[in-house]
Amino acid sequence: MFKWRTEDFSWVDFTIDVLRVLIVLAVIIGSWNTLSSGRISFAQWVNLFIAGLSQGSIYALIALGYTLVYGILLMINFAHGEVFMAGAFSTVFLAEALNRTGFLNTQPMLSIILMILFAGLISMTVAILLERIAYRPLRGSPRLVPLITAIGASFFLQYTFRGLYGSGFKAYPQVKVLQGTVPIGAINIPTVQIFVFVSALFLMLGLHWLVERTRVGKAMRAVSENKEVARLMGIDIDWVIMFTFGVGGFLAGSAGVINGLFRPQGVNFFMGFIPGIKAFTAAVLGGIGNIPGAMLGGLFLGVIEAIGPNLVLAGLGIPGANQLKDVIAFTMLVLVLIFRPQGILGERLSEQKA
Amino acid sequence: MDLIRSQTWRANLTLGLLAGALILYCGAIGMIAAFDEREVVNDFISVGRLVLLATPFIVGYMAANRVKSAGGETITALVSGIVTGVLIALPSIILLLFNSDEFRFLLDWSLRLTPFVAATVVAWRMHGDSADTRLLVGTWLLVAVLLGIVLGSLALIFDVKGELRSVLVNINRDWVDVITFDNRGDLLMGIVTYGGMSLGSGLAGSIFYFFPRTPRRALTYGLGVTIVVGAFGETVRLVLQENLERDTLNTLFRRDTLRQSAALALFIISTVVGFLWAMYGQQVRKSVHNMDGSQRRTTRLISTLIFVAILLMLPWLIGRTLSDVAVTIGLFVLMGLGLNIAIGLAGLLDLGYVTNYAVGAYILAVLTSIGPLGLFKGTFTFWMVIPLALLAAMFAGFMFAVPVLRMRGDYLAIATLGFGEIIGKLAISDWLKPIIGGAQGVQAIQKPVFFGAELRNPEQLYYIVLVACLVTLFVSIRLNNSRTGRQWMAIREDEDVATAMGIDTARAKLLAFTLSAATGGVAGAIFAAKVGSVFPNSFTVFISINVLSLIIVGGIASNPGIVVGAIVLIGLPELLREFSDFRFLLYGALLIGMMINRPQGLIPSQIATHEIRSGVQAKAGAGG
Repeated sequence: MFKWRTEDFSWVDFTIDVLRVLIVLAVIIGSWNTLSSGRISFAQWVNLFIAGLSQGSIYALIALGYTLVYGILLMINFAHGEVFMAGAFSTVFLAEALNRTGFLNTQPMLSIILMILFAGLISMTVAILLERIAYRPLRGSPRLVPLITAIGASFFLQYTFRGLYGSGFKAYPQVKVLQGTVPIGAINIPTVQIFVFVSALFLMLGLHWLVERTRVGKAMRAVSENKEVARLMGIDIDWVIMFTFGVGGFLAGSAGVINGLFRPQGVNFFMGFIPGIKAFTAAVLGGIGNIPGAMLGGLFLGVIEAIGPNLVLAGLGIPGANQLKDVIAFTMLVLVLIFRPQGILGERLSEQKA
Repeated sequence: MDLIRSQTWRANLTLGLLAGALILYCGAIGMIAAFDEREVVNDFISVGRLVLLATPFIVGYMAANRVKSAGGETITALVSGIVTGVLIALPSIILLLFNSDEFRFLLDWSLRLTPFVAATVVAWRMHGDSADTRLLVGTWLLVAVLLGIVLGSLALIFDVKGELRSVLVNINRDWVDVITFDNRGDLLMGIVTYGGMSLGSGLAGSIFYFFPRTPRRALTYGLGVTIVVGAFGETVRLVLQENLERDTLNTLFRRDTLRQSAALALFIISTVVGFLWAMYGQQVRKSVHNMDGSQRRTTRLISTLIFVAILLMLPWLIGRTLSDVAVTIGLFVLMGLGLNIAIGLAGLLDLGYVTNYAVGAYILAVLTSIGPLGLFKGTFTFWMVIPLALLAAMFAGFMFAVPVLRMRGDYLAIATLGFGEIIGKLAISDWLKPIIGGAQGVQAIQKPVFFGAELRNPEQLYYIVLVACLVTLFVSIRLNNSRTGRQWMAIREDEDVATAMGIDTARAKLLAFTLSAATGGVAGAIFAAKVGSVFPNSFTVFISINVLSLIIVGGIASNPGIVVGAIVLIGLPELLREFSDFRFLLYGALLIGMMINRPQGLIPSQIATHEIRSGVQAKAGAGG
């Protein structure tokens, strides 16, 4: 950064530098201790890495919603985690119904596609309604106003779904095909992790195709570049914004189903809050407004979250390191915001916005 | 036909359907059934039913108003009242049919047929006049398939699950009881009763519109007072209990609800008062307005004295249970005033305010506990620790502020939220368990002792909170007008310009965070002393959201607004216990509604109002 008052000593810069050194030291010492003690074998590290990639691809799917909306409206859709919850929570009933008719295990592929579509469409509806009712009246107001609205919307949605479906946890039924492991070389990888990764990959490829190859994708890119010029080119801005929310919602809803099949602890009304913040972290990590960035950021965060506690925290002698998984993720969030707010790949925002 | 196509009718029909959807929503999330637990008048009407009846009444009134102001006939206005009344009941009645065994087939049919019907309508309306059949068929197929997936899945779910209740947990017997006016056994009777009631109150609302002004106001006032007193019957009883004989109380109340005779008497009295006020209120206001200087000063002095006396005597006037509520409100006023320094004055949206609250509480807990985790086993007293808690919270605020100083507004909000979550996770972790007890928390915290007397009741703690609030209020008012306060406001409006004006923004922001943290620490310490134990579960993001909501609702940067916000958002849910499940639902709706319709809050600060308004225009003009 260009400093024009170099003669001044800034306490803030100094503190931040100290923080930087401390964190690097902690990471090095922790990793050294863990690696030299050899508590965790190579195969276990690979397993952790792959579990992290699967979890990360779910974060990536949610993060895409943040990034798409931020790219167009410069707004943090804080309620996006709740859009994810809406799809996941609603589809648990469909999964139960499919399971009870036996269809889920006789036709797992079809059932899962149906569940993903159902969840995606439900989340899409929620996202579009959210945009229409809460955000559209506030276009053009100062940045904090839509953020506060989004916080309100987040709690409103949580407690709406709590009222509709109850406050307890509901678990997705087990799909037989996804149980068990696939041996790859010397390492056994759980099938469900491969399923998560592959289906997330398909959805992301679909998004890539939508944004890069279709007319509406072109319109989205035009609107995110410059709204006024896009309007003059005959693009219906309101429709494109609504569509963007819808696409983000669809991805979040499908992530909800994938997450439900992946994690056995079940879904409830509060399930979207923490993944929402983490996905936002992923979006910032990759560079907000940047679609490949969000995907990369999600995977990166997933891996860090899986490996970090075991590598660094355990090495520093902190007991119960895996409880502090979320702490690692949130620390990442704060660190990225402090040291590299433009993210790994850089923000993709037009001149006028940045 | 013209009538139906006219703008007014369309608006009224939309209004009716929206209100109907709202009633359906309230039913589906369980609000109506929950509110049915609380009676307004004993054996006569509950809050839940009141909602069912008051909504068509108000909407009927609005509909009549709209027809009349568009120059319509009186009879049209009355018909519009009836129609909106029916429309409001319609969605709930349909759900009632879907829920019943006899008419379940309607649900199955509509779920299966809607995709085709809707696809046809949409395709026809979008491309009906275009020559391109492919477009028409394409749209039809798209809509039919998408809706088919959603509704078909729903049909499957309800087919397998059987009852609606197994998915929508609140479409249960309680809801049916409320909505059919206790005709669960005879569905048709129930539907007719509810439809008729709704129709009737819609009509009543539209008739009410034609009342002359004075009786209308008097009746509104009378009804309003009766409903409020009835709904808060429990609270009113608790207050009266302190000051009335038991027998007198029992003639007015049956357990916690107003007796019918008492309600009637109250209604008549308040209507008469309302009538008198509507007749002579103008004169009274005029005579107050015309008072000369000395008279006005005396009146003001007297009202201030009465207000102070009430504040001081409050615990005696309201009794133990309500004092407890007052203490909670006071704690949130403290936190609201503190957070307001960051949010309202300096424009720093801090979403991790709970951190300071937790720091204050844990400091007090660890230092004064006589349990196994107490560090000093009683050497430290409450009074010695309060300043320490304040300093510790300020230190925490300072430490968390340094890294976020360079961030822009929305990132700062998320980063502080992250801090709050980190603290929450650390508090519950095994790592810090030896110090702060993990999930079990810290127990056996000593109560404050004041000249040998242990302050263990909320009535006594109330005074500690009161003093803390008054001191904070004083500091906060002084800060508002100080040089630092002006610097903060400059930063809030435009940081770049503030820097250019020579303001040390880093220093000013640090100060804002540090001072704002101070009251959070005190509030946390008092909270810990009040409860006597500290658990990590008390320190969630919900506390931060609570404080944020009360600031936004009361009015950003407005001290009286924050007090009112705390009373409304913290006090009311404590008094209406049925309500507490829906607390955050309401906060969320309020935050959205306030931001859209009234960003300056209930009691706006003069300066902030000016700035929000001009700010919106300036940003809208510049951003485009």
